[in-house]
Amino acid sequence: MPDPIGYRREVPGTQPPYLHPDYKSTVKRSPTKATIAVPHTLSEVTGPLWTKERVGSIADDLTVQDKERPLGERIVVAGRVMDEDGRPVPNTLVELWQCNASGRYHHPVDQHDAPLDPNFTGRGHAVTDGNGDYRFVTIKPGAYPWPNHFNAWRPAHIHFSLFGPSFVTRLVTQMFFPGDPLLALDPIFNGVPAPARDLLVSSFDLGMTVPDTALAYRFDIVLRGRAATPTGI
Amino acid sequence: MALIPTGWQTVGPYLHIGLTWLNTTKLAGEATKGERIAVEGRLFDGDGAPVPDGMIEIWQANADGRYNHPDDTQAKPREAAFFGFGRVDTDKQGGFRFETVKPGRVPGPGNTLQAPHILVSVFLRGQLRRLVTRLYFADEASNGDDPILALVEDPARRRTLLAVRDPGSATYRFDIRLQGEAETVFFEV
Ligand SMILES: [Fe+2]
Repeated sequence: MPDPIGYRREVPGTQPPYLHPDYKSTVKRSPTKATIAVPHTLSEVTGPLWTKERVGSIADDLTVQDKERPLGERIVVAGRVMDEDGRPVPNTLVELWQCNASGRYHHPVDQHDAPLDPNFTGRGHAVTDGNGDYRFVTIKPGAYPWPNHFNAWRPAHIHFSLFGPSFVTRLVTQMFFPGDPLLALDPIFNGVPAPARDLLVSSFDLGMTVPDTALAYRFDIVLRGRAATPTGI
Repeated sequence: MALIPTGWQTVGPYLHIGLTWLNTTKLAGEATKGERIAVEGRLFDGDGAPVPDGMIEIWQANADGRYNHPDDTQAKPREAAFFGFGRVDTDKQGGFRFETVKPGRVPGPGNTLQAPHILVSVFLRGQLRRLVTRLYFADEASNGDDPILALVEDPARRRTLLAVRDPGSATYRFDIRLQGEAETVFFEV
């Protein structure tokens, strides 16, 4: 078969560096030698297609997973998954996890002195529809302290994981909330260079709110897109 | 005008909440063709300490060298009994293990053929983005012809990509070192 059409290479200045000393753990957990760019072979342009058919059931309402309703402010988090040309990425898995309204994760490692919520696990997944759209119902996560430096607090955020159509398009990211004063202080958020980091901040979306029920935040996600021609190195 | 791809962020220490539901460590079913192998290893940080809060994903072709994906248009039969994806969080010792089949050779750039290999993604707390590497098989004669291995000039560094078969078993060992003398080669895709 002819060489496959690859994906666009990463645009310099749009992704975090491996070593970002403000996020202290990167010092011992980053490669010290330069990465080697590989041409996009059949191995890279293929990848696991986690479609609705393969995933099976979905879990897109995090407020109905337990006996009672979780505490906190119920919100809709929704958006569109697109490629670099703005074309929707349909039928692809979106995984999501977060802490509860108090800023505590349902996880044995999290020892933050804030209450667990027996009615909130903080895990969900959905598959984008034909327009690339996804939608979750959850509760607004709290901010939480972490040991990176004195009085360090993570701004409220939701973790996202996506596959897209190939190995190249894999993405793990975090969604933040508009107007959060902790954003300017967060080494993880600021690991993404400006102005690309602003794209991690969701926007309040009145049109997506559910009257008398839930406010809504929009978070569009852009995955790597195809190059127009085969991409050798 | 092209959009800017969304920026990477770390999986953080609580990745298990959101991601282990999709753990897949046995990639081959009874109906899958090919030689049964296991690949296992450990993930180490710059102090040589195990990374217990990481996650490994793999992606590979089947025994014929065909991917379960529509962009693979090779004239080889599709195999529904093999998806080719694995995921597992690292254990307290930084360990991971997958049971699978040995992949066949797939085309490389131009008219080349790649040696059998598995794509490996590494995610961990303390790293903002994914690390990508490739697992090759140390006892595979075709490694010398592989166009991607050839991009790694230093033979000592190339060896970090070679999984070594345990004598008398079908288990290949592949440790991943983020730093140090035997720092694994990582790729940019
Ligand atoms: Fe978090």
